[in-house]
Amino acid sequence: MLEWRRRREPSTLMLALSPLIAIGLTMLLGMIVFTAMGYDGFHAVGSIFLTPFLEPQRWADIGVKGAPLILIALGLAVGFRANVWNIGAEGQYVMGAIAGTGVALLTYDMTGWWILPAMVLAGILGGMAWAAIPAFLRVKLQVSEILTSLMLTYVAVQLLYFLVRGPWKDPGGFNFPQTRMFTADQTLPMVLEGSLVHLGIPVALLLAIIAWLLMEKTTAGYAIKVVGLAPAAARHGGFSAARTTWATMLISGALAGLAGLFEAAGPFGQLTPQFPVGYGFTAIIVAFLGRLNPLGIVFGGIVLAATYVGGEIAQSTVRLPQAATGMFQAMLLFMLLATDVLVRWRIVWKRRTA
Amino acid sequence: MTTAMLVSILMTLIAASTPLLLASLGELVAEKAGVLNLGVEGMMLCGAVAGFAVAFSTGSTGFGLVAAAFAGVAAAMIFAVLALSLMANQVATGLALTIFGIGTSSLIGAGFVGRTVTRLQPVFPAALSEHPLLRVIFGHDILVYLSLALVAAVSFFLRRTRPGLILRAVGENDASAHAIGYPVIAIRYAAVAFGGALAGLGGAYFSLALTPMWADRLTAGRGWIALALVVFSAWKPGRLLLGAYLFGAVMTLELQAKAAGVSWLAPEVLAMAPYLATIAVLTMMSLGRRTGRLDAPACLGKPFSAT
Amino acid sequence: MTSIITRRRLTFGAAAASTLPILGRGASAQSPLGVGFIYVGPIGDHGYTWTHDQGRLALEKEYGAKIKTSFIENVAEGPDAARALRQLAQAGNQLIFATSFGFMNPTIQVAKQFPKLKFEHATGYMRAENVATYDARFYEGRAVIGTIAGHMSKTGQAGYVASFPIPEVVMGINAFHLAARKVNPNFKTKVVWCSTWYDPAKEADAAKALIDQGADMITQHTDSAAPLQAAEQRGVFAFGQASDMKSFAPKAHLSAIVDDWSGYYIKRVKEVMDGSWKSGAIWGGIKDGFVKLAPYNDAMTPEARKAADEVTKAIVAGTLHPFTGELKDQKGEVRLKAGETASDEMLSKMDWYVDGIQA
Repeated sequence: MLEWRRRREPSTLMLALSPLIAIGLTMLLGMIVFTAMGYDGFHAVGSIFLTPFLEPQRWADIGVKGAPLILIALGLAVGFRANVWNIGAEGQYVMGAIAGTGVALLTYDMTGWWILPAMVLAGILGGMAWAAIPAFLRVKLQVSEILTSLMLTYVAVQLLYFLVRGPWKDPGGFNFPQTRMFTADQTLPMVLEGSLVHLGIPVALLLAIIAWLLMEKTTAGYAIKVVGLAPAAARHGGFSAARTTWATMLISGALAGLAGLFEAAGPFGQLTPQFPVGYGFTAIIVAFLGRLNPLGIVFGGIVLAATYVGGEIAQSTVRLPQAATGMFQAMLLFMLLATDVLVRWRIVWKRRTA
Repeated sequence: MTTAMLVSILMTLIAASTPLLLASLGELVAEKAGVLNLGVEGMMLCGAVAGFAVAFSTGSTGFGLVAAAFAGVAAAMIFAVLALSLMANQVATGLALTIFGIGTSSLIGAGFVGRTVTRLQPVFPAALSEHPLLRVIFGHDILVYLSLALVAAVSFFLRRTRPGLILRAVGENDASAHAIGYPVIAIRYAAVAFGGALAGLGGAYFSLALTPMWADRLTAGRGWIALALVVFSAWKPGRLLLGAYLFGAVMTLELQAKAAGVSWLAPEVLAMAPYLATIAVLTMMSLGRRTGRLDAPACLGKPFSAT
Repeated sequence: MTSIITRRRLTFGAAAASTLPILGRGASAQSPLGVGFIYVGPIGDHGYTWTHDQGRLALEKEYGAKIKTSFIENVAEGPDAARALRQLAQAGNQLIFATSFGFMNPTIQVAKQFPKLKFEHATGYMRAENVATYDARFYEGRAVIGTIAGHMSKTGQAGYVASFPIPEVVMGINAFHLAARKVNPNFKTKVVWCSTWYDPAKEADAAKALIDQGADMITQHTDSAAPLQAAEQRGVFAFGQASDMKSFAPKAHLSAIVDDWSGYYIKRVKEVMDGSWKSGAIWGGIKDGFVKLAPYNDAMTPEARKAADEVTKAIVAGTLHPFTGELKDQKGEVRLKAGETASDEMLSKMDWYVDGIQA
């Protein structure tokens, strides 16, 4: 009979192979399910998974959609490794955008190269401030950061609604709830002239590499892992759980805030009530798809972003409903989570003994 | 305010609280066994659509309720296989389950948009259920009474029965529970299934009782509120009942106040109030005790393997 | 991914993407015209998005194999919309309808990249050479149901389940109330803001709260049929939103404001086919077939029917404008002088309420 055996060491082969197994299984299952539902299953799965990668003009779309996911997931992964469960990155993302927009509205009549950096700084600080609340409550009062960070997300979103419908409403916007469009000095420059590739995309990739170096090559990265794996040992070794909580919450808040500012000053160019689209939650999944490894997160962000882009292609070509794409994404996540077991466990065939 | 109005407001309040109570009570049991399933919203939607589809097709709301519970269990089993048997991360699996529930329910429900079924009827005869005063007590449908009975039953089960004690032991210290010989994974499966069934019924309360119809994302985020309520309750069924009714009261009275022309705060400020209140309650509970563990099951969210 | 490739793709895209599929299928004369739609909600919402999709289906019925429609639903307003629009543009659609206000900036932006394609944006105010806007004068329908409410209400109170105080919603509330007040000078309209377009349980509870406060007419500017169901349960009357919602509330449903985009869609597709399409702005009302009234309920009194029909006729004939002075706002400020009618600009910026509304 089949039996699971725990591996002594996580399998490096499976670490790389399991996502590919998962993607293969999802494609197969997707084809079967979509065909059973009466759609062209083969082309549907091809549109979702292959077209976005095969057509170069989609790459920029994947980058635009993936960059915020990668940025946020990088920060979350640091915390998750230390067992700090910030699931309110969506709120920190929104607060980053709000803080940056505040600077933009204050500097509306000004020009200068310094305006965008000031907005970036405000965005980072906004995200950090919002993450500091659950960090404080966890460290000082042992209140679960899972719940407080989630609750604060709703508060941040309502604050955004309040601002764009009230004090920050565009005076020339026919009373519609949205801020002014940002000026040229307040907008993220394009890396490739005439394309959609804004500065946030290379920054996300660069930060992923830096995060990888920090996690793998420095004592601080080691500390974070040890606190997460064995809190008692960590205390013994002189690493403070409180300091780790503070550090990881602030890092994840800062990155989420940065992502929010990039999104506001980049693709949106203003704040609207439709600004929060759940990147903070999707990034949690990206962090796990990437096995909490910064380079894996880049992979996870690209794969998930591609399914969004591909889902729209499938809608307009084979008329696959948007809900089917959602189901497909969920199946992909299920498969990726399921195959993760192969990294730490192996299947052995054991003869039944009489 | 007249008595008739007060009665009417109370009826609305109880109806608004019931799906929250059902879904959060199920999640409470799962969490007591040490499992954090963030997929409540997804399971509720599966229950809502299955309940409506079956009630519409068979003409029986009773069958609809049974189907809703089964659909909730089925969705919960996806979670259980991944998070319990394959030891996948529970936070990520729960979020994925919500995405799954939103997509699947929309696909199943596509053929039922624009249809309606007979609303879930009160249990007691008209003499009681339509009495101008007594209907506050006797005017409700089966799920209202079931949810209240379940609060008492779960409370009794967890505190006074041996299986309840074992379930809590599994949530507090899975390794010792296993060492004593309890089937940790099987018990967690059962707890997650119970959570799924109640989330399914909570979802069906929307499609069969509150607004008898199907439309995409019918539950509009109530599953997340149910999750918050569990923490608000400090994992105690009695306090959960209080929390669910308090939340239902806030939602109902906010609308009543607006209808009466009372507007003291911006709607956005009112909308954030419940979440700020939950944080405040968590903080105060923490200040009020020294251990500061908030009674959260110690093994909440952690995977367990026997080997 | 170099800049040269991307830039070429983008400028090249408009021509290449729209011709390649056509060449693939054979002679261009017979190739169907691609018509794309992006929707803000799911087509299963049975509300706003559903009505636009009904328009798309009407197009298919009208033109059959001469056109090929496609749509992308549940598109978030923002960068996602720009991507969805580009996807439709690159897939060979030549006429693209962006059906929500929040798609405005993305539509303008994408239209610039595809100068040969035609874009139509619903309810916005920004136009371009290849971007037209279209909208419906729903307030005309509101004036008709307001008239009915004025006649049918015994308590003289209506409850209005509303989403957000944007001009579109505010002008609807005012139009409804003004018409009801014409019938019953003491008429009251109470508004509950739900702060959402879609949350059936909350919409139902808002309707119940309004009924508790004495309203016996329920009308709404949110998306679900839940307020009608609440009205049916409590035995008061209500009006459907966006489509005929009688099936949800056979007794309560007096009539409904029905959005009908099909006439406009059919006309604009024809114009693209014969090359006469031009950018512009249209704000169509009852006369243009954009706004219709669902069949009246049998419970409606003869007086109410007659009055509603008269108002409809007068609006179509142009002899009645729902916003005719003298109109004062709640602070007593005169907004329209006696005999004056509201300009379209005034309507599209409206952020004040007439007296007697509790909002």
